[in-house]
Amino acid sequence: MADGTPLSVPDVVRELTTRFGDAGFTYQPTVDALPTLWIPVERLHEVLRYLKHEAQKPFKMLYDLTAIDERFRKQRAGQPKADFTVVYQLLSIERNADIRLKVALVGEFPHLPSVTNVFQNANWYEREVWDMFGIVFDGHPNLRRILLPPSWKGGHPLRKEHAARATEFDPYQLTALRQDMEQEALRFNPEDWGMKRGTDQHDFMFLNFGPNHPAAHGAFRVVLQLDGEELVDCVPDIGYHHRGAEKMGERQTWHSYIPYTDRIDYLGGVMNNLPYVMALEKLAGIKVSDRVQTVRVMLCEFFRITSHLLFYGTYAQDVGAMSPVFYMFVDRQKAYDVIEAITGFRMHPAWFRIGGLAHDLPQGWEVKVKEFLDWMPKRLDGYRKAALENTIFKARGRDVAAYTTADALEWGVTGPGLRATGCDFDLRKARPYSGYENFDFEVPLGHKGDCHDRTVLREEEIRQSLRIIEQCMKNMPAGPYKADHPLTTPPPKDRTLKDIETLITHFLQVSWGTVMPHGETSQMIEATKGINSYYLTADGGTASYRTRIRTPSFAHLQQIPSAIRGQMVPDLIAYIASIDFVMADVDR
Amino acid sequence: MFSWITPELAAIFWGVVKAIVSLLGMVLTAAYMIWLERRLLALWQDRYGPNRVGPFGLGQVIADMLKIFFKEDWLPPFADKFTFVLAPFLAMSLMMLGFIFIPMTPTWGVSNANLALLFFLAIAGLAVYAVMLGGWASNSKYSLLGGLRSTAQTISYEVFMGLALMGVVIQAGSFNLRDIVAAQEGLWNVVPQFLGFLVWVPAMLAVVHRTPFDLPEAESELVQGYHTEYSGMKFGMFMVSEYVGIVMVSSLTTVLFFGGWHGPFWTEQIPFVWFAMKTFLFMASYILVRAALPRPRYDQIMSAAWLWCLPLSLLNLLVTGAVVLWRAGA
Repeated sequence: MADGTPLSVPDVVRELTTRFGDAGFTYQPTVDALPTLWIPVERLHEVLRYLKHEAQKPFKMLYDLTAIDERFRKQRAGQPKADFTVVYQLLSIERNADIRLKVALVGEFPHLPSVTNVFQNANWYEREVWDMFGIVFDGHPNLRRILLPPSWKGGHPLRKEHAARATEFDPYQLTALRQDMEQEALRFNPEDWGMKRGTDQHDFMFLNFGPNHPAAHGAFRVVLQLDGEELVDCVPDIGYHHRGAEKMGERQTWHSYIPYTDRIDYLGGVMNNLPYVMALEKLAGIKVSDRVQTVRVMLCEFFRITSHLLFYGTYAQDVGAMSPVFYMFVDRQKAYDVIEAITGFRMHPAWFRIGGLAHDLPQGWEVKVKEFLDWMPKRLDGYRKAALENTIFKARGRDVAAYTTADALEWGVTGPGLRATGCDFDLRKARPYSGYENFDFEVPLGHKGDCHDRTVLREEEIRQSLRIIEQCMKNMPAGPYKADHPLTTPPPKDRTLKDIETLITHFLQVSWGTVMPHGETSQMIEATKGINSYYLTADGGTASYRTRIRTPSFAHLQQIPSAIRGQMVPDLIAYIASIDFVMADVDR
Repeated sequence: MFSWITPELAAIFWGVVKAIVSLLGMVLTAAYMIWLERRLLALWQDRYGPNRVGPFGLGQVIADMLKIFFKEDWLPPFADKFTFVLAPFLAMSLMMLGFIFIPMTPTWGVSNANLALLFFLAIAGLAVYAVMLGGWASNSKYSLLGGLRSTAQTISYEVFMGLALMGVVIQAGSFNLRDIVAAQEGLWNVVPQFLGFLVWVPAMLAVVHRTPFDLPEAESELVQGYHTEYSGMKFGMFMVSEYVGIVMVSSLTTVLFFGGWHGPFWTEQIPFVWFAMKTFLFMASYILVRAALPRPRYDQIMSAAWLWCLPLSLLNLLVTGAVVLWRAGA
């Protein structure tokens, strides 16, 4: 182990070095205190297998897999030499802990072995890394573009030499010829996916479900292999909503990136800001006041309610009940009225700041919140009678696309989809952040892991969110809405006209942007759809060196074929609705 | 001067007038059913619905009709042209034919025949060809699935729809709809034939593909099912035929189970008002069902048909037969 390693090496790292010897392992301390260990590429499989299968309290979930282009990074002291780093983050429910493993790669287009034979859900992640970085995973069953179109000739966009702005390219032109070519490139070829076109007796029907379909919830395509109406297999195809949010993170300043985060899970509003600003606050060493924490919790729970209501209504609509969604949109408007009164915006307020909030709460905010708290519960009771307890409604969700906790962990499922299997893992309880430990609420659980369980569970979560909001309203602490810290952005202005130092700092922060200290940081939160996290690499600049956004929906969509094989087309509709994803959260 | 007007000719002329008036009345009702559905759905869904064109938005239907008439009459290049055009015509004309024998008042009705009810069953059976041909001729996978679903659904529901109505026929001793109405004086069929009515309700929903039996066009699953590829007036005909179907089936329900033109009072004076009121009630109930219920899965609908509706209708038939024979014997 390299010299200078702090004595307090995390247990899991010690466990690994005892098991494998410390040859080639390098421990890297990070700000987020997430055990980070560099391992040689040859030992990757061994270590992953050990952690997943042999270790006491195993790490069953591959939470994230991504890469960093290290070639232009300046601050790498103590880290092995690398042109590219592939990062594996594993999660253990039993330990309630994570580990981050890094593999250093050298070369322009390096190779490393695929880990799809250890973790099934590595499949899409490795495709994404290949798509974005050009890193080749040997032994991957189907290493092809995932976010970019199959016909893409523009290289691998997250590499540092790749341009970030549209103005750096020639204007895009879609000629008739090109359109035909692109269309042709999208044609589904079953052989590419190891699928048969038929059996001895009859042919299968291949049906394009999406990218534009009333029940696809966004630009999402699933190619269905059908035997009558029974699903033999299917292939989800994503990328139609890809906007390069991670690349934009490398261009925008730390502060000006906040509005982009709003648009990742576009139903989550400020909930998206939270992991980003909290990760940066860790990096900068900012401690925010109780008031800031409580306001953040309150607004996040408002967005959880609006997001879950949208889920509830659209799920009902997808199983054929047309009315609930209209009522739920009324409720969502009521919630947005409160959100608008507080933040000044409805769906994408971008209201959290590094080190605080954009403003303090407006006068009379309690009245608005109270109105909503009085309004919502009786509406929920009505929906329970009209939808949730309807026999047909239940019959459509019971035993449809059911999966076990083990399946869920294998596919990286988090959030309501995981808790519906009976696994009690809610980050708000398991790893309280932003003061969630101070609130009294319950984590609803399912037991069958089917569509109906997921629906009932989210409905119950709305009620719990209402409880949290009520506690916020009754116990709102006093205090500043911005931390008194040099890196709080935008900086407090009241002292700028008093001394020149503060004025200069303020001027630089506002004109160039805040310079964050170098290092690596991350923050996980229990977002509306599952666990969302930002993994930020700072290289001492005004912008991020690498922004990794781990979104729950990406993992959830990858699971679709395994959970729906052998069921019917209407089951797929119910299942897709019960996942509750938005494509912006998948493609970023 | 008018000596060429023989009584036969006058009867034919009168028949033609009745046919045209009934036909127009029905098509207009069907068209305004669209408006009614949109307004009622809106009422039950906490919104306004079309309320801008004319008083209460009543002009909306006219505006929509004008628009749909002027839409491009597009034929998908991949479709089977003849069948593709034929399907909506079939849908519309069959549904309208079904109206011929509906007795609206003791004296008013386009025609009268002794096998009127059988004629209706035949029409209902034929109507599925419109959907099936439309789905097949579109040469689109979603349409095909819609057509398949429709076929399977109709086969399942035809069986016991006929059986459910046999109880009514046994009681009246006739297939003639006028006789059936006449036989209900005093007691409407819905009381003695309650089981039959219970089975008839899902069957009639299935015939016109309405929620919760709208699987052939389940928009959240099959986009628009069998009429995905249709646009302009051809789509309009499919749509209007659905509403004509609702009017037809609602009036049939009135005739078969709810005493037709009979009312608690003034039956002699305002028979048509009674008939229309009851029919309207059923039409509105279609809309209420649509607003209230989710859509069961395809196989759930099939098993409900074979495991519940069929045995129930057979039971109803047996009991009715036994009671009628017992009474005749006594």
